[in-house]
Amino acid sequence: MIWNSLGDFIAMGGYGFYVWGSYLVTAGLIVAEILLLRARRHAVEKSRQAQALLSE
Amino acid sequence: MKLNWFKYASPVTFYPLAGKLIPWFALAAAGLTLAGLYLSFFVAPTDFQQGESYRIIFIHVPAAWMSMFIYVVMAAWAAAGLIFNTRLSSMMASALAPTGALFTFIALWTGALWGKPTWGAWWVWDARLTSELILLFLYIGFMALHAAIDDPRRADRASAVLALVGVVNVPIIYFSVKWWNTLHQGASVSMTMAPKMAATMLLGMLIMALACWMYSIAAALARVRCIILEREQQAEWVANLSREST
Repeated sequence: MIWNSLGDFIAMGGYGFYVWGSYLVTAGLIVAEILLLRARRHAVEKSRQAQALLSE
Repeated sequence: MKLNWFKYASPVTFYPLAGKLIPWFALAAAGLTLAGLYLSFFVAPTDFQQGESYRIIFIHVPAAWMSMFIYVVMAAWAAAGLIFNTRLSSMMASALAPTGALFTFIALWTGALWGKPTWGAWWVWDARLTSELILLFLYIGFMALHAAIDDPRRADRASAVLALVGVVNVPIIYFSVKWWNTLHQGASVSMTMAPKMAATMLLGMLIMALACWMYSIAAALARVRCIILEREQQAEWVANLSREST
């Protein structure tokens, strides 16, 4: 085992800011992309429903 | 039985196929990410020179690879759209651009956070970093140009030309560490030499790269489905889709 404690793991041998700054921002951006894709999907569905109503 | 690949060159047939494929790629991405993170943090040993700061490599290198690879694929789709005039090809190019830009930004961001503790600088104007920044601008330029032209088919053609001209930047990024004297280190993994790192480090990096691949495919397919619906709203087959659940 590399890490002796949770504190050890978070500290990353003194490089915690750089390591976690990389990983958390990456995770945040990927989650943001997924949410944006979902929002785009919903927007398209909505406009399609509106068009379906119009054509009826 | 002969498989007709051109069958899926049409949005009508590709749309449901993409919908079926997305969950599998997403699942593979999630599984590989978990395995990759486990290797990156709990199996790969501490680097004797850089300490724990080197663990940024497990996202930095896969993201940098993806940024270049997605650009080449995007340009290839754009070229196919120009040459064969297939609208799905151009839609694929548009679907890839935001994910490519995302990975380019991640590569630059993690590079800055790795550069500070190892070089003492967030940023230097060396050939590798500068050409990667130009790649980000190319992605943004591609998306901006596409968005600026109202007629989608004209937008496809104009942005395809931009994407193709920009391809010249990809070998420049890749070989920059060889051609110029850069602060950025040379390739850690190459086709011709044995990797210069521990086996578990390499394995973690490759699995993370595979996870990025799966994620990129899932994201691009999800986006191309949105683009198809947006662009083909007037088409009869799209209108018929609303009867079923999509």
